[in-house]
Amino acid sequence: MLRLNLILLAVLAACALALVTSQHQARKLYVELQKEQDLAKALEVEWGQLQLEASTWATHARVEKLATRALGMRVPPASRIRRVPAAAPEGRP
Amino acid sequence: MSPAVHPHLALQLPAWRSRLLLLALLAWFAALALRAVYLQGLHNDFLQQKGESRYARVIDLSATRGAIVDRNNEPLAISTPVESVAASPADIEITPDQLRRLARLLGTDAADLRKKLADTRREFVYLKRQLPPDEAARVVALGVPGVFLQREHRRYYPAGEVTAHLIGLTDVDGRGREALELAFDGELAGRAGSRRVIKDRLGQIVEDVESIRAPQNGRTLALSIDARIQYLAYRELKSAVAAHRARAGSIVVLDVATGEVLAMANVPSFNPNNRERFDPLRARNRAVTDLFEPGSTLKPFTAAVALESGIVRPESVIQTAPGQLAIGNRVIHDAHPQGALTVAQVIQKSSNVGAAKIALELKPEVMWNLFHQIGFGAPPYSGFPGEVPGRLRAASSWRPIEQATMSYGHGISVSLLQLARAYLAFATDGELRPVTLLRREVPASATRVISVETAQAVRRMLELAVQPGGTAPRAQVTGYRVAGKTGTAHKPEGRGYAATKFVSSFVGFAPASAPRLVVAVMIDEPSAGQYYGGAVAAPVFSTVMAEALRALGVPPDAPLDNVTLPPPGAPEIREEV
Repeated sequence: MLRLNLILLAVLAACALALVTSQHQARKLYVELQKEQDLAKALEVEWGQLQLEASTWATHARVEKLATRALGMRVPPASRIRRVPAAAPEGRP
Repeated sequence: MSPAVHPHLALQLPAWRSRLLLLALLAWFAALALRAVYLQGLHNDFLQQKGESRYARVIDLSATRGAIVDRNNEPLAISTPVESVAASPADIEITPDQLRRLARLLGTDAADLRKKLADTRREFVYLKRQLPPDEAARVVALGVPGVFLQREHRRYYPAGEVTAHLIGLTDVDGRGREALELAFDGELAGRAGSRRVIKDRLGQIVEDVESIRAPQNGRTLALSIDARIQYLAYRELKSAVAAHRARAGSIVVLDVATGEVLAMANVPSFNPNNRERFDPLRARNRAVTDLFEPGSTLKPFTAAVALESGIVRPESVIQTAPGQLAIGNRVIHDAHPQGALTVAQVIQKSSNVGAAKIALELKPEVMWNLFHQIGFGAPPYSGFPGEVPGRLRAASSWRPIEQATMSYGHGISVSLLQLARAYLAFATDGELRPVTLLRREVPASATRVISVETAQAVRRMLELAVQPGGTAPRAQVTGYRVAGKTGTAHKPEGRGYAATKFVSSFVGFAPASAPRLVVAVMIDEPSAGQYYGGAVAAPVFSTVMAEALRALGVPPDAPLDNVTLPPPGAPEIREEV
């Protein structure tokens, strides 16, 4: 009887310790999850800012200014366009 | 009892004293037990709450406002976090030197700042809202106790003034205030949430107890707008308004197949990224919220009614000499008197007398019916806030003179969007679709308003109008067949019409063989000499149409040398109204 009690006591102690460790583990993991989620959020914010930056660089007005002023590009006059009969898929010359 | 006992021990105490002590101790324990029961069992809410407040926190989860993108997912409005600098005057400790440095960083006056911080009873006051992250970091680096950052979202509009009227803007708290930001505020705003967590000594969240309400980010709104075409349209409109020293101008580009609005721009515009200098008067989306008398751009509809009811054919001859027509005590004039014209030529040369003569053959109800079916006098239901229905009076109240002037677009008022949509009927072989500002995967169902034959006949007339001999040779586009109609309407003023104030317009579509786009241009009060629709609005149409067709990769339907302008010095085909 005493032996059974001692074994049960040991099991109880082990269970209690296991509970404590798993709780601790869970919290540690949760902190990590939290960090990853914060990172995801920060990346999302950065993505939005990069998107914004990209669209600012790619503003049509800016692209046009660069094309005409810095690169000297222009729409060719009709006399310099030759049309190829439509063998290509529709709409794409 | 032995006699050797110490006299003190021999002392006899009364028995009740020990019992009293025992009783007192028992009562003490009973009181403790009762107190314990009371605290643990009966009155535990308060204590539990106090205990929980040491470690549990409810944190707010903000929802990000949805982006607005164009049909190709190019961003037109994006929210991104910024920091606002706030302070708690109750706990601030700042030296005069720090105050000066803080004021310089925030770009404010030191005296103003001191005033803001003077009321030490307050616990929260914004010092400067919405700073870029790097500037906010410098404020924190000052290390003033009681000054802290508050994260907020700020809305940016990369396309700026190009899409300003269409997208509108939000106020400083992120609520939609104008245009589509206002109309779709519910969907864009999303819903903030909150959850309860357990924090440890270091302030880290260690356990997620419960989610009180999950945050819901705003939905991304995909518009039907094509940012490239929108830019072209705005650029051309702006330069035309500047060149002709006009008061204002609007342009609308529609997709014929789906009824989607591909571009809608107005001049003058404003910069939605700079909220401080916002002027509500410039923010009006004139293409939707302002009415104008369209003038001759309405003549094709008169011709369509006449063709539908069978009283004329395109080649029927109408006598327009001597260029004026008296109805009651009023006289209708042609700016450029002609002789006998066919119905097609009436449209081509934009003869008021011809249009009036055709209209007078028609029953008012028949004319009203088509005008009504084609969308005049009713809002276009594009989803834009503040759309106007326009003015189309009941047919029973029309006098002959009114019916005659209405045939060439006076005495009736429409918005530019309504006018552009009405031209869809000619571009689609007689079917009309609802217009939309949102990207549509499946086109909305169309309703037939005129017969295929009528639509095609009017289309041929509209093609004549842009060729030499018509009113708008400058609307031609290299490589594409174009159809359209000019308008040069006197502006209503007081009870009559202003003699020298005009609204110049042009509405047309291309390629004429299989129309893809409708472009409508309206220029308000051009005052640099030229005011005919064919000289002011048609060139804008031509450039925008040419570049938009190229951008969309529409195959040309005409040879590259199709543009034939009248020889220099040839008399311009003029029109008024």
